[in-house]
Amino acid sequence: MSRKELISKVGLRLDGRRADELRRIRCKLGVFSEPDGSAYIEQGLTKVLAAVYGPHQVRGNRLKAQADAVIINCQFSMAVFSTSERKKRPRGDRKSTELSLHLRQALIAAIEVEKYPWSQIDVYVEVLHADGGIFPACVNAATLALIDAGIPIKEYVCACTASIANNNQAMVDISHEEEILGGPTLTIVALPMSEKIVLMEMSQRFHLDHLKSVLEKALEGCKNTKNILDQAVQNHIVDVGASTGWASTGEKVKR
Amino acid sequence: MTLSEAEKTFILHGVQENFRIDGRNRDDYRPMELETSIITHAFGSARLRLANTDVVVTVKVEIDVPFPDRPLEGKMEFFIDCSANATPDFEGRGGENLATEISNTLTAAYSSNSVFDYTKLCILKGRKCWKIYVDILILECGGNLYDAISIAVKAALWNTSIPLVKSVTIDGNNVDMNVSENLSDCIKLDISAAPLMVTLCKIGDHCVVDPTSAEEQCSQGAIVVAISKGKFSTVFQTGGGSLHPLTLMEKLKLGAKVGNRLEEALSEALSKIKENGEMGFLN
Repeated sequence: MSRKELISKVGLRLDGRRADELRRIRCKLGVFSEPDGSAYIEQGLTKVLAAVYGPHQVRGNRLKAQADAVIINCQFSMAVFSTSERKKRPRGDRKSTELSLHLRQALIAAIEVEKYPWSQIDVYVEVLHADGGIFPACVNAATLALIDAGIPIKEYVCACTASIANNNQAMVDISHEEEILGGPTLTIVALPMSEKIVLMEMSQRFHLDHLKSVLEKALEGCKNTKNILDQAVQNHIVDVGASTGWASTGEKVKR
Repeated sequence: MTLSEAEKTFILHGVQENFRIDGRNRDDYRPMELETSIITHAFGSARLRLANTDVVVTVKVEIDVPFPDRPLEGKMEFFIDCSANATPDFEGRGGENLATEISNTLTAAYSSNSVFDYTKLCILKGRKCWKIYVDILILECGGNLYDAISIAVKAALWNTSIPLVKSVTIDGNNVDMNVSENLSDCIKLDISAAPLMVTLCKIGDHCVVDPTSAEEQCSQGAIVVAISKGKFSTVFQTGGGSLHPLTLMEKLKLGAKVGNRLEEALSEALSKIKENGEMGFLN
């Protein structure tokens, strides 16, 4: 399958991770003031900005408004400088349209859509640096932005990729290098607390026997991502709370 | 954002009293934050945050063929991407008009050789030259886009390093270039004359610089001037409304003054930029 050993004999990958290790995730909520919610996430070198506007009145065609659910409108866009080769257009191509639809599907599963009938929520993601796992980073950034906007969600919605190395070893969070060298990539979007899978996409064929182990790895990756995001949200709340004064009245919150 | 009649009057009176809604004078700028080398894929990059206007500018260079009528000069192209993150109005193709307007202005401002030395970008006369792609990503609009973009573009060009071409050999129709393998061998661009744009917004009887988006809504027209070493490299009027020639001259004088001040502030800021500092959106 893969021409090169993606996991060395001692069990290390090309960038020095082990098979079940995620790349470093760093994130920040509330990066911008204009949108209702915004977030920035770095997963390894992949960098994504997300902004959420709404819920607000339906823009454009009012007939689209739904009586029982909010309209989720997503746009995926990649900055022209995000890849090593300069891109011609930031959006509008087939791949970004597809990713916009996927993102929408992922978010509908998490947002409590019935809370806001006749309204609309806009979610925009902008990739600043693409280094593998773009879509998972976008989903995670969008989740954080939704939380920052204060939109009720059922639970965190997280995404992760997994692949198979050396023909039988599953590995998690695939970098761009591994994407090119390696075999198939499985992307899943999951609700990690209830262990439900919202969206699953496979880039190439692989044997059904491997699917279980790869899927488990990806799901585990989602759970780990969720824990990291949750910690970031809690830290953010402490920061915001402390600046408005509530933290000073009680016991000092440990970070 | 839409303003009511009363809010507009409030802003107007503030401008008359030389005490604007955020406490500034008419010719004051809001605080700016500038970072360079934030995009690793690019040859040079800068991010400027002017209050809540946020732009990222990156510079990439590619090898291209010079224009037949200017065989000794390189090329420069500006591309503006109005991200929907800035405002939902930019979704889809919504930002394209604004993007074209800004890129045309930048092209005009940078068109002259006395502003930016294009001959430096020539590799082989008539055959090979560097083409500079300046990509501008607007992440948040809080008014005064032109000024913010021009500052960020200048900073990104300052940050740019172009690979050093050691030798060029011609073999029939093929041109072979020997690019230095040493990463630290590179050419820095000379940006001392690169223009900075100043937007002068007419509100009531007075002009303000660095308008916020609320002030932009109250304006009866604005002039954008690009200043390069005390000289104008482009001037254009934007927005509705008409201006009296006397007002126009007054505005241009103010623009030149403010532009020089901005230039000094920018070169001071660039001299203070540290390599490998903590930066990016996390801070």
